[in-house]
Order: sequence, then C-alpha cells, then structure tokens
Amino acid sequence: MYPEDFYYTKDHEWAQIKGDTATVGITDFAQKQLGDVVYVELPEVGTQLEFHQTIGVVESVKAVSDIYSPLSGEVVAVNGELTNSPELINQDPHGKGWILHLKVKDNSEIEKLMSATEYEKFIEGLEG
Amino acid sequence: MKKTRLYACHRKLGGKMIEFFGWEMPVEYRGIVEEHLAVRNRAGLFDVSHMGEIVISGKDALAFVQYLTPNDASRLSVNQAQYTALTTPRGTFVDDLLVYCLDQYRYLMVVNAANSDKDYEWILSHQEEFNVKVQNQSQSFTQIALQGPNALEILRPLTSLNLQEMKYFWSGWDKIQGEEFLISRTGYTGEDGFELYTLSTQPEKAWEVILEEGKKYELLPVGLGARDTLRLEAKLMLYGNDIDETTTILEADLRWLVKFKKGDFLGRDVLLRQKEDGIKRKIVGFEVVERGIARQHYPVFIHSKKVSEVTSGTFSPYLKKSIGLTYLPVEYSEEGTEFEIGIRSKKVKARVIPTPFYRKNENP
Repeated sequence: MYPEDFYYTKDHEWAQIKGDTATVGITDFAQKQLGDVVYVELPEVGTQLEFHQTIGVVESVKAVSDIYSPLSGEVVAVNGELTNSPELINQDPHGKGWILHLKVKDNSEIEKLMSATEYEKFIEGLEG
Repeated sequence: MKKTRLYACHRKLGGKMIEFFGWEMPVEYRGIVEEHLAVRNRAGLFDVSHMGEIVISGKDALAFVQYLTPNDASRLSVNQAQYTALTTPRGTFVDDLLVYCLDQYRYLMVVNAANSDKDYEWILSHQEEFNVKVQNQSQSFTQIALQGPNALEILRPLTSLNLQEMKYFWSGWDKIQGEEFLISRTGYTGEDGFELYTLSTQPEKAWEVILEEGKKYELLPVGLGARDTLRLEAKLMLYGNDIDETTTILEADLRWLVKFKKGDFLGRDVLLRQKEDGIKRKIVGFEVVERGIARQHYPVFIHSKKVSEVTSGTFSPYLKKSIGLTYLPVEYSEEGTEFEIGIRSKKVKARVIPTPFYRKNENP
C-alpha cells in the first residue's frame, strides 16, 4: 500500500526523493479521511518553503485541510493537473495525485521523516 | 451519545459515524458526492431520527399552534403539513419546523435536533393560557427520509396508500412490515420524496425492506454530509447557519410563511412593522466567481468593508461550483451584484445569483 521508497510525515504527506528533488503528495490515508477532493490550492513555483510550512490546501466537499511541507526547499514544479482534476488525489494519491516538486535544501531533515513501515504503524494507532 | 434505532444498520453499511448535537449519526457511507448525486439522479435513504418531535394536543391545540407560529395552521386539513417557525417576540427564529395536523386536537411539530429541548421549554413557557398537553417525543420517534426521482417507485409496492396521488406536504398512515408509519410527501433535498415517522421499536425492518426494494434503482444510504449539500443547493435553511434568534423571518426571505391576516402570534407586531418599513438586510444566494470554496463564517466584504459572514457555503456536487448563502444590505442584494469573500489570506469575487441554486425537473 505505502511505497517503500517514500518518506512520510505525521500530517500524512509523503516525499519521494530522487537526487536533490523531492516529489510531495498526501497519503492514501489522508485522501480517505478527506473524502472526495474538489479543490486544491497550490503554491507558486519559486516559493521557498521551510520544514513543516503550509504549502497549500486540499478541500473536500466537507473539509478544508492544510498541506505541510515535509522538507525545506524551493518549489520547482507544481502538478497543474490538479486544478482541473482534483480527484486525482483520491484516485492515485501516491502517483498522478502528486502535488509538487521540491529542491531539497537540507538532506539531514530526511531523518525526521517516517519510513513506510513506521507510517503504517502510526496510522494503525490512529485508527485504534 | 444518543443512538438512533437504526444505529446497527449504519454500522452494517459501513457508515462513518460522527457526533451531531449529541447524536451519533452517519456523515457518509460511500462518499458525499456519490450519495448526493444518487439522490439527484435516482434515490437516497436517510436516517434523520435525530430530528425532534413535539406533540401538542388538547382542546386549544390549534389556537396554541397559531399563537406560536406565523404560518396559518387553521388551513391544515387532517394529514396535511406546513413549513413554519417558532418565533420570538422580535420576529426571529426560535426554530424552523414542519407542523402536521394529526387530527383536530393534535398537532405534530418536527423540529431541529439541536433545538428540540430548547423548543420544548419554549413551548411550555407559553402554554399557560391554553388548554393543551405538550409532549416531547424526540427520543421515541424514528424518522426515515426516502428522497429522489425514484422514491415514489421504491416506496409504492411497500404500502397500500395511493402515493402517486399524495400531494406535496400531505401524509397518511400505513403499516410497513407490520409497523405503523406516518408517511409524508416532504423532504429536505429539493427532490420528490417521502419522510416516514414511526414510534415502532423495530423501524429497521422498514429500513431494510426499502433498501432491498431500492436495489434495482441503485438506491444508496445517504449521510448527513450529503443532506447538507442537497439542502443548500435547494436553498433550504439550516438553523444555526442561515437562521437563528438574530435573524427575522423577513430577512431570511421567508415572507411567504407569515400570514398576518390570521390574527395574533408571537412576533407579529415586529414583523408587520418590518414589512411596512422594509428590511435592511436580506439573505442571498451567491456563487464564487474566482477560484475557492466559501465556507461558513468566512467574512463577506463590500467595497473592502466587512458587512457579514457566509452562513452556509460548500462546493455544490451537482452544479460543480462554490455556492453559499449570506446576508447582504438590501441595496446590494440584487441578482448580479458582486462582492468579495475572504478565503484565507485572499479576497475572492462572488456574485449574487437566483435561488434555489438547483430546481428539480418538473416534468413527470
């Protein structure tokens, strides 16, 4: 379910790191909690993000949810598809529903993130 | 937390349960959008047993209802219902409700879950001169709503009542699965449909048989999430959002339910004066023109000055745009008027549009 090569946050974002670039999205758990996503607000390319800074908003019919940056860095690309097809986040949260690309500033921050196994344990605890 | 008699049914259907004014209720089963569209296109089944039921009976029952509410209950025949309100002396809402004439000496008020205790106390506090008995039966009633264009076809085989001929806001009594129900052609979705009331301790038998009968129409169970989006598209008021003890009936654009000629009722003087002098603000429906979803309590600006808040706002699953309600000064309440809504750090353009946002196809 949760890709082994991704890193995860307690706020239910994921990051896949390739070289100095991280692809960021929200997890399957997060999209299920939200329900049908109908609106996504994305940051502008070039935005400098601090660790755990709000990077945007995902809204379902019922709820508004902030997305936090899992790492510090510069936004180098955003998934423009989400503007017209926000449902991609529900359909493929770990793939086509990606939110942005980040140029990672500080590799040591990766240590603060969870592995897939740790994240699965974490959400198990939430589901009680 | 209070549970309805259909609680086990919701669990079995995988309903996501939330607390709603002290009740544990399903907010969704398969998703708000899917459930919403099922009601618009086919049919949906709701447990709305959290709603309150107050019965007023006795010699003065009609006179008492007339005193408490602005609509004219004397026009009701037995088995007929009307939309009305409990009004304060200031012409504002204690609650909005349906009142049914059960018989000449017995009226059933169906009130909001959040208000049932408050309403009961309110009614008791005005009772003294009237020879009536007031019973709060909110815990005993189960209320099921079957809504959508296929509702009639689904329910018809389950009752001997002539549902086809039943007019909107009329009702009748019949047994479903051996249990006695008041079956009423009413609803809170903007669709055709029925609301079923029972004091039975086994209402799940009816719930199950309706679900079974509805299978060929792809009937879905629907939670409170879609109930809210459905009612907003139809511009049906939600107490606590769009109307409350600070908004008058005329400001809420419900002039049609006030019958000044019927005689005295609580709030009549104020409402009459407001009718003659004109109101200063009025509820309007709007759409967000730029990107963003307006939500309850987001600030509303005219020429950069905050004038009010969004009272209800959502992404409309049927119209696929952001819609909502707010109160605007009357001089800005005309269709087409543009104003701004504060969405997080931005001010986003919105426009007053005609309501209801959604009107069902009137073709048979």
